[in-house]
Amino acid sequence: MTALDQTAAPGSAMDIEAQAALWLQRRQYWDWSDADQAELDAWLAQSTAHEVAFIRLMAGYSRTDRLVALRAPRTERRGFGLLPRMVAGLALVAALGVGAMQFSTDPKDVTYTTPVGGRQMIMLADGSRIDLNTDSILRLRGAVGKRLAFLDKGEAYFQIKHDVTRPFVVTVGGHRVTDLGTKFLIRKGADSVDIALVEGRARVDAKNGAGKSVELLPGEEVIATARDITKVRRSTQEMSNELGWRRGVIVFEHTTLAEAAAEFNRYNPNRIVIGNAGAAKLKIAGTFPSDDPEAFAEIAQDILHLHVVRRGETIVLTK
Amino acid sequence: MAGVMAQTSDTDRKHPDLRLVEVHMTASTLVDWFVREVLPLEAALMHFLRQNWRNQAEIADLRQDVYVQVYDAARKQLPTHTKAFVFQTARNLLIDRVRHDHIVPIDGVPDLEAIDAPDNAPSPEQATIARDEFRRLQVALDKLPPRCREAVILGRVEGLPGRAIAARMGISEPTVSVHLANGIRALVNEIYGRKSSDKEQS
Repeated sequence: MTALDQTAAPGSAMDIEAQAALWLQRRQYWDWSDADQAELDAWLAQSTAHEVAFIRLMAGYSRTDRLVALRAPRTERRGFGLLPRMVAGLALVAALGVGAMQFSTDPKDVTYTTPVGGRQMIMLADGSRIDLNTDSILRLRGAVGKRLAFLDKGEAYFQIKHDVTRPFVVTVGGHRVTDLGTKFLIRKGADSVDIALVEGRARVDAKNGAGKSVELLPGEEVIATARDITKVRRSTQEMSNELGWRRGVIVFEHTTLAEAAAEFNRYNPNRIVIGNAGAAKLKIAGTFPSDDPEAFAEIAQDILHLHVVRRGETIVLTK
Repeated sequence: MAGVMAQTSDTDRKHPDLRLVEVHMTASTLVDWFVREVLPLEAALMHFLRQNWRNQAEIADLRQDVYVQVYDAARKQLPTHTKAFVFQTARNLLIDRVRHDHIVPIDGVPDLEAIDAPDNAPSPEQATIARDEFRRLQVALDKLPPRCREAVILGRVEGLPGRAIAARMGISEPTVSVHLANGIRALVNEIYGRKSSDKEQS
């Protein structure tokens, strides 16, 4: 890079900025073909100065979108929030709900709720995908310059199409998770939140802006409580197990029966109850259909030699 | 000046005090980091450059050179302390220029701690800053030349495509492009080039 000596007009910062601005407006305001994109890519590849100038303009330009607030008020009002803008043709496949929505600047949230045992896949117009696990509540909100999600309850897996001009931010239990090009899993417990990064990068800002901000790399998991935030490493296998629910299964590895029961009870209205402490401490391993506590009870009976008693909606396991 | 020179040996250029972490890099991570952590430093960086460089006509090029060096370095590894890294790069760049040009415009060593730059962490005042930024954008918009301003309003505010802007304004499409490009530059410079505390006199 000999740019240090180039203060003359061609190749100067002002000249490059002018070129970058022409590219930007061309992409934003005129027909834009693959050939145009290739031409832009070639220009960007010519030098870091080009690339940086373009990124800077692009990021700044995205922040000027608040100027739409200056638009003269419309006489005609849109009816019901996001509904008209939602992509039609929602397919419902078995118990798996598939929705599609587009972020807009409408302040009204779109809420997704799954019942116990339910699961929903939400496809976003920007190409992102969110899988909502059992007994969960997720709200989506479009905002100027960002995409906001609120996990009010339960668990969700986010595969976010990264957009530097519109960061994707999930608020959960007062903590904020910001996508930096990412696949991540969030599970909201009674008094803690688990955030596991599967791919890419994400940042977790602890509750109440307590100053704690943690960057997650793949394989790392953060456990955030109201007071503290701790980071642990997970193996690829553990990560994969944690995502078993997306395939409709629960995976246990050296899991106590008490923990396994609690896990099943997240997915099913008929509950598994462990009858005594001796049984609760037994450990199990294996992959089970999340919607079939009966199958789990049978295995507990056959392998662990437990007594299984059914009382109405409850399955009691005792040693 | 002797102190300055002593600190700019080649070994020092590796920034021993700036620990770099290995980060699995993707293009989007790099761009995102640049947008999130470097660009918000621009007002402070410009202030620093103006304070420490006599020829004000060269400030834009210096800023660009700092960005290029910072960005190229970050391709390999993202610095853990972005702010320190950016200003260290700026300082070294100025010193290089001094040596190269055999001129002495630097007034001692800039104190990195004294540089007023935003933290990387989002602040609770963000909402205030956002409102402030909107006001500044409005002012910057008003300051554009009339035809340029009109094109930007039709495009950015009303959301018209270029062709419709040309038709509405009765001007050629290339002229619309130039207006839009100039308008975008002015607005973006307003966003990054100034500290939110630099209140507009209006």
